[in-house]
Amino acid sequence: MTLEKLRPGQRATVLALRLREPLRRRLEDLGLAEGTEIRCLGRSPLGDPAAFLICGSAVALRRADCRRIEVEG
Amino acid sequence: MERTVALAGNPNVGKSSLFNRLTGLRQHTGNWTGKTVETAAGRCGSYRLVDLPGTYSLRPGSAEERVTRDYLLRGEAEAVVVVCDACCLERNLILALQCRALCPRMLVCVNMLDEARRRGLRVDCEALSRGLGLPVIGLSAREKGSRAALIAALDALFEAPPRPADPGKGAEEAEEPCAQRLFEESRRLCRLVLRGEGGAYGPRDARLDRILTGRVWAFPVMLLLLLGICFLTIRGANLPSAWLSRGFASLGGLLRRGFRALGAPAWLEGLLLDGAYGSLSLVTAVMLPPMAIFFPLFSLLEDAGFLPRAAYNLDRPFQACGACGKQGLCMLMGLGCNAVGVTGSRIIASRRERLLAILTNSITPCNGRFPLLIALLGMFFAPAGSSALLSAGLLSLVLCGSAALSLAATALLDRTLLRGESAGFVLELPPYRRPQIGRVLLRSLLDRTLKVLGRAAAVAAPAGALLWLLGRVQTESGSLLTVWAGALDGLGRFFGMDGAILLAFLLGLPANETVLPILLGIYGAAGGEMPEIRAVLLQNGWTSVTALCVLLFTLLHWPCSTTLLTIRRETGSWRWTALAAALPTAMGLVLCAVAAALGK
Repeated sequence: MTLEKLRPGQRATVLALRLREPLRRRLEDLGLAEGTEIRCLGRSPLGDPAAFLICGSAVALRRADCRRIEVEG
Repeated sequence: MERTVALAGNPNVGKSSLFNRLTGLRQHTGNWTGKTVETAAGRCGSYRLVDLPGTYSLRPGSAEERVTRDYLLRGEAEAVVVVCDACCLERNLILALQCRALCPRMLVCVNMLDEARRRGLRVDCEALSRGLGLPVIGLSAREKGSRAALIAALDALFEAPPRPADPGKGAEEAEEPCAQRLFEESRRLCRLVLRGEGGAYGPRDARLDRILTGRVWAFPVMLLLLLGICFLTIRGANLPSAWLSRGFASLGGLLRRGFRALGAPAWLEGLLLDGAYGSLSLVTAVMLPPMAIFFPLFSLLEDAGFLPRAAYNLDRPFQACGACGKQGLCMLMGLGCNAVGVTGSRIIASRRERLLAILTNSITPCNGRFPLLIALLGMFFAPAGSSALLSAGLLSLVLCGSAALSLAATALLDRTLLRGESAGFVLELPPYRRPQIGRVLLRSLLDRTLKVLGRAAAVAAPAGALLWLLGRVQTESGSLLTVWAGALDGLGRFFGMDGAILLAFLLGLPANETVLPILLGIYGAAGGEMPEIRAVLLQNGWTSVTALCVLLFTLLHWPCSTTLLTIRRETGSWRWTALAAALPTAMGLVLCAVAAALGK
């Protein structure tokens, strides 16, 4: 499944990042790479973006970008 | 000999706090990623320290990361201190590992140990030093002994022979997609040196975020904070304003008597007292107090880590306008100063989205325009004797309106000149930090006061003197000021204002806080406290429609000269700079014309 399906509180492992270059690189720098464990912390009040726990810190990502991140729950 | 040492590290690991502690300088600090976008240098013992913008890696993503990377590659610094956040070591070590390949003299500084202890984490710095093959020092930047400890570590670093390192190869390695290898090494090191469970973002942060970014409370809390800040600004400014105004008046009286006793010529008395001193005292008395109160309060929110949450909550509308959510952060910074908001746009990686943020930033009223907005609301829209709460509510409304206008301008640009796809959005939500309330308040109060006073002396006083002169230079049809104001009058009236108001906005280009003093100067009045100012404006034919149009034009006109120069520097183009001035001005004129037509 993709990351946008992850509900608040659920955990998953990243399988693949199918993102364009500057964004992919930025996420890798933040610690989001294949094999990383990720947890959904919650959604913003308007429903998008959502916050995720990556490598011990909270990072907000938009739904459109989450659709391109493959995870396994 | 002085040795140059660079401070590098991930964003928001407390580099600037450490830098301030070490050098005694006052770099602005705040709890959000990307606060430092420019390098700063200062002295610490026999070292020259350079504070670099935060970067996650040496593979450059955004403009401010390129600054750090290029600086390190040039090899100007004889040594590099890589500052790491103890709470977030796994990610921070990746940068340290990349730098290790690049820098022959390098020290790793594990910062925020106190914070980590509170979160139940312990870092074994000796084991880390063995694992990395580099000297490691553990610090808490807020503690007093940190300066001496770091200097000692630097001394030791320079006594030891440099390690072999190959900048060329290091740079190549940093380019390579070798992320995986670095992750694994960093993970392995963390297993060796970390004791305890927990990360930077803990349960306490999660609890706070459930409220502050939750569906129910996020917007009420943001509105309450906005209202509260506006209320404290308006309420708190009244007293000091009155004191300053009276103080300046009696000092002015004394000076006048002094001038007369010395037998100074009338023109000198006019130029210095009526011109320069009058304008200086008006800027200080009316404009300074709201600015000196708003800014520190805003700094508190910034220090606590609230600003990124506001950007997170408000990202959806930015998405709809094709903009980056971080533009919200730039707008919030613009509330303090548009030039800072424009420079801050460096946190946005995509050029298109960055231009959107730059071109629309001046629609957010900066600190220098606040006092004028407050004065207009107080004099014309809040009934006499009503509470400061009503004015605060009105001001909050105006600020929300300006945000909506800014978004509208963004949407317009996104659909015309700056079409393109979203480049994606990644925003870090830093852990909440208890702001050092006393320190933040005192420091930013002092900073702001000094800055405004400096600008008042440098801009308002000469402007006052010049205005006085222009008011005295006679032509056939009156003084130069009246002639110019008369020439602009037809245009001004069409837009619901008058020639004097337009002239004041034009002459106020160097500093927005001087618009009201200049206007009073053109009207030929000295000013004073609010009721007197209101009387002057009414005498000159102001109605509530005039006030509304001036309010709209205050929100929407050209940015001040400092901001314009900053936009030129950041975009590298006079054309974009011209557009950044033309866009808000055009919007302002249209709205004013509509308001004036409806008002009739």
